[in-house]
Amino acid sequence: MESFGWATLYPEILLLVAACVIALVDLRVTDTRRTLTYVLTLLSIAAASLIAGVQAASGTSSYGFSNMVVNDPMGNWLKCFAGIAMMMTLVYGRPYAADRDMTRGGELFTLGMFSLLGMFVMIGGNNFLVIYLGLELLTLSSYALVALRRDNGIATEAAMKYFVLGAMASGFLLYGLSMLYGATGSLDIGQVIKAVSTGQIRHQVLVFGLVFIVAGLAFKFGVAPFHMWIPDVYQGAPTAVTLIIGGASKLAAFAMLMRLLVEGLLPLAFDWQQMLAVMAVLSLVVGNFAAIAQTNFKRLLAYSTISQMGFVLLGLMSGVINGNASSAYNAYSSAMFYMVTYVMTTLASFGVILMLAKEGFESEEISDLAGLGRRSPLAAAVLSVCMFSLAGLPPLVGFYAKLSVLQALITTGQPLYTGLAIFAVVLSLIGAFYYIRVVKVMYFDAPIQQPVGQAPADVRWVLTINGALVLVLGLLPSALMKLCADAIVRTLGS
Amino acid sequence: MGWLSLAIWTPIVFGAISLLLGREGQQNLVRWFALLGSLVGLAVTLPVVFGFKVGTAAMQFVERHSWVERFNIHYHLGVDGLSMWFVPLTAFITVIVVIAAWEVITDRVHQYMGAFLILSGLMIGVFASLDGILFYTFFEATLIPMYLIIGIWGGPNKIYAAFKFFLYTLLGSLLTLVALIFLYNASGGSFDIATWHRLPLSMTAQTLIFFAFLAAFAVKVPMWPVHTWLPDVHVEAPTGGSAVLAAIMLKLGAYGFLRFSLPIAPDAAHHWAWLMITFSIVAVIYVGLVAMVQKDMKKLVAYSSVAHMGFVTLGFFIFNDLGMAGGIVQMIAHGFVSAAMFLAIGVLYDRVHSRDIAAYGGVVNKMPRFAAFALLFVMANCGLPGTAGFVGEWMVILAAVKFNFWIGLLSATALILGAAYSLWMYKRVYLGPVGNHHVEELTDIGGREFFIMALLAIATLYMGLYPKPFTDVMDASVANLLQHAAQSKLR
Repeated sequence: MESFGWATLYPEILLLVAACVIALVDLRVTDTRRTLTYVLTLLSIAAASLIAGVQAASGTSSYGFSNMVVNDPMGNWLKCFAGIAMMMTLVYGRPYAADRDMTRGGELFTLGMFSLLGMFVMIGGNNFLVIYLGLELLTLSSYALVALRRDNGIATEAAMKYFVLGAMASGFLLYGLSMLYGATGSLDIGQVIKAVSTGQIRHQVLVFGLVFIVAGLAFKFGVAPFHMWIPDVYQGAPTAVTLIIGGASKLAAFAMLMRLLVEGLLPLAFDWQQMLAVMAVLSLVVGNFAAIAQTNFKRLLAYSTISQMGFVLLGLMSGVINGNASSAYNAYSSAMFYMVTYVMTTLASFGVILMLAKEGFESEEISDLAGLGRRSPLAAAVLSVCMFSLAGLPPLVGFYAKLSVLQALITTGQPLYTGLAIFAVVLSLIGAFYYIRVVKVMYFDAPIQQPVGQAPADVRWVLTINGALVLVLGLLPSALMKLCADAIVRTLGS
Repeated sequence: MGWLSLAIWTPIVFGAISLLLGREGQQNLVRWFALLGSLVGLAVTLPVVFGFKVGTAAMQFVERHSWVERFNIHYHLGVDGLSMWFVPLTAFITVIVVIAAWEVITDRVHQYMGAFLILSGLMIGVFASLDGILFYTFFEATLIPMYLIIGIWGGPNKIYAAFKFFLYTLLGSLLTLVALIFLYNASGGSFDIATWHRLPLSMTAQTLIFFAFLAAFAVKVPMWPVHTWLPDVHVEAPTGGSAVLAAIMLKLGAYGFLRFSLPIAPDAAHHWAWLMITFSIVAVIYVGLVAMVQKDMKKLVAYSSVAHMGFVTLGFFIFNDLGMAGGIVQMIAHGFVSAAMFLAIGVLYDRVHSRDIAAYGGVVNKMPRFAAFALLFVMANCGLPGTAGFVGEWMVILAAVKFNFWIGLLSATALILGAAYSLWMYKRVYLGPVGNHHVEELTDIGGREFFIMALLAIATLYMGLYPKPFTDVMDASVANLLQHAAQSKLR
C-alpha cells in the first residue's frame, strides 16, 4: 500500500468533522436560533452526498486504508442517495421534532449525522469488521434516536425492544463472521471470496457461518421471520426517527447484503439463495396479510415494508442459477433499483404523516387521513401517488421496480422461479387492497378533522418534488435503471 | 409529435390543468375549460380518421421512440383497421360525458373533469399502443381515474363497488404482466407486439399465455362467469362513469383479444375456441334472461351490456371474417348505444333520484321529446334494422350460422331476449298513464340534454343506415388477422 487513500474517505471524514462541529455549535446557540444547526447539517450532508455523487459519476473503483474500504460506483451511488434521503428526512422531520421538544441539544441533527456516517461506513466497507463497525454506529445512533422522547412510554418501549433484538442480531452477525474468519483466515472480502472459491474449505463450516450471517442480515433488513421489531419500532418511534430507520438506512442494509453475500460469498449462492427464497415468501405472506388488519398507518407502512423487502430478496435470489451467473447483473441491479425507488416512495409517505402531525396530534391512524383530499390536496395527491406506486400500478415508479424484479425471476427460466413470480404477483394483489384503502379514506370518506394547517414552505416544496419524482421516474424510468445497472456491472465486474 | 400522440396527450394535459383549477367559484371556468379540452381532443383525432388509408392491414400513423432502454421498451404507437375507430369514438364519448356532467356534477367539478379527460387519453393510449408494456401501462393506469370516479361521485354503495372494480381487474392484469415478461424472454428481449405475432411457441406455452391474457381480458369485457363486477359497478357509478365504462372501457378487453390472444397464441385460441364460444353463448342467453328480471334500470342495461359483449367474443372466436368484423362493429355500435342508454337513465335519475323501474310509468306524457330519443336507443339496443345495434349482431349471427347452425340459432335468440327486456322496460317506464307524483312533476329535457341525445341519435342512425365506412376500414386488417391466426405457430 503506497498511500492511505484518503480520497476514498472524503465524505466520511467530512461528515465526522461536521457532526462534531455542529454538536459544539449547538451548545452555544439559543433555542430561537436553532435554524443555524439545521442549515449547517443540511449543508454538510449535501456536500458529502455531492462528493459521493461525483465519485460515483466517474465510474471508477479504488481501495484505501489497506483494503479496508472500497470506493466503487454502487457504493458511491448508494451513499449519494442515502445522503439525499437523510436530508429529506430532516426537512420533513424538523417541524415535527420542534413541536415535540426534540431539537433541544441538537440531538436529532447530530445523531442523524452519526447514523448517516454509520451508513456510509457500512456501504464503503471492504472488510467484515469495517462493515460491522458501520452497522454498530448506525444502530447505536438509532437506538438513541428512538428513545429521544424519553417521557413517552411507547417510544421508550420501542427503543428497548429495538435495542434488545438489535443487539441479538448483531451478535448473530458477529458470530457468523467469526465462523467465516475461522474457516477462511481472513476478514477481507476479496480474500474471503478467493478462499471460498478454491473449494478447499469445509462446506459445513461455511454454511454454518452463513446461516448466522443471513439471520443477522435478515434482522437488519427487516424480513420475515426476523421482522418482529419492525411494526413496534416503526409505530413507537417518533415519526421523524421512523423515517431515518425506514428510509436512508435501508440503502445501507442493501449495501451490506450485497457486500457480504454477493461480493464475499457468491460461491455459496446456492445455499443463501434458498434461505432468501424462504424469507421472501414468508415476508410477502406476513407483510401483506398482516397489513390488511392494521388501523395504524405507521404500522401499516411497517408491514408494507416487510412485504416490499420480500420483493427485493426475490431480485437478489435470482442471480445465480445452477452455478451460472450470467443473469447476476440483471438480478442485482433490479434489486438495487427496487430499493432506491422504494426508499423514495417511503420518504414521501412518511413525509405526509410528518406534515399532517401537529403539536399533540400524531396523525398516525388511517382514520386521521379521512377527507384529506379536501383538506390538503397536495398531501392527498402525494400520498395517493405513493400508495399506487407501492401497489405496483403503472405509470408509477413502483411498477417498474416490480417489473424488473419479475423479469429477473422469469428470465432464469426455472419453473420454481416462475412460480415464485406468480406467487409474488398474486400477493401484490392483496397488497393493493390495503394501499387503495388508504386512498379510499383520503378521497371517499368525509373529513372528521379540521383543515390542515399550513406546513413550512421547505416541507411543501420537498414533498411536492418527492411526489413528482415518484410519478416522473415512472414515466421516464430509463435513466435511473441504467444508473443502477451500470453501478452493479462496474462494481461486480472489477 | 404525431397525431396519435396528440390524441393521447391533449386530453391528459387538459385534464391535469383542470385538476389545478380547483378553487372556489371557478366551477364554470373548469367546465368550459374541460369542454374546450375534450373538443380539442376530438379535433386532433379527426386527421386520424380522414388520413387513414383504407385497404391495407399495415400500421398507420406509426411513432416509435426508445423509452426504457434497459428492457428495450419503446414508445411505439400506431393504428390499423382493428383499432382506428376507437380513437375518435373515445374522444367523442368524452365530449358527451363532459357536456352531460355540466349541471349534474356540482361537487369537486375540477377533479371530475380532470379524471375523465385523463381517462380519455389513457384509453386512446391502449388502442394505439404497439408495445406490450406501453399497452399494459395505459391499460392499468385507467384503473386509477375510474376508481376515483366511482368512489367519489358514486352512489350509496360506492366504496364496495370501487374496490370490486379495482381488485377484479387488477388480478386479471397482473397475470397478464407475467405473460408479457414471458414473451419478452421468449422473443429474445423484445416487447414489440408485432414481433410476438411471429414468434413460434409450443402448445403448452401458448395455452398458458392464452389463459394469462384471458384472465385480464375476460374480466374487462366482461365475459360470463367473471361478469359479476359489472352490474355492481354500474349501479354505483355516476352517469358519466357508467357511460364511459360501457362505451369504451369494456372494449379494452375485447380489443386485447384481437391484438394479443388470437395472433400470439393462434393454436391455443383455436383449441380453446369451444370454451370461448360456450361462454359467449351463455352470456348471450343466460345473462339476457337475467337482464329481464331486473328491477333497477341501470342493472338491466348493465346485464344487457354483458349479453351484447357476448356477441363480440362469439364473433371473434368463430374465426371467419364476417364474424370478426361483426364483433368489431358491435363494439363500436355498443359504444354509442350503451352510452346513450346510461345517459338516458341519468336524465331520469337527475330528476327523480331513483333507478327503480317501478318508480316510473307514463314518462312519455311529461317528457315527449326525451321519450322519443329513448325509444330510438331502446330499439337500437334490441337490434332493430336501421340502427347501429342491428349491423354487428346481424353479421355475427350470419357468421355463426355458417360456422354451425345450432350455435347460430342459439345466438339469434338474443334478438328475442334483447327485444323482450328492452321493450318491456320501455313500456313500464315510459308508456301508460302517469305513474306517480314524481313523474307528474317531470319537465322535458332542455337544450343541453337534447344536444347530447341528438348527437348520439345521429351516430346510431348513421351507423345503422350506412355502415360501409366502418366496415371498409377494418376489412383488410380483419383478413390479415384471420390469415395470421389460421397459420399454426407450432414448430
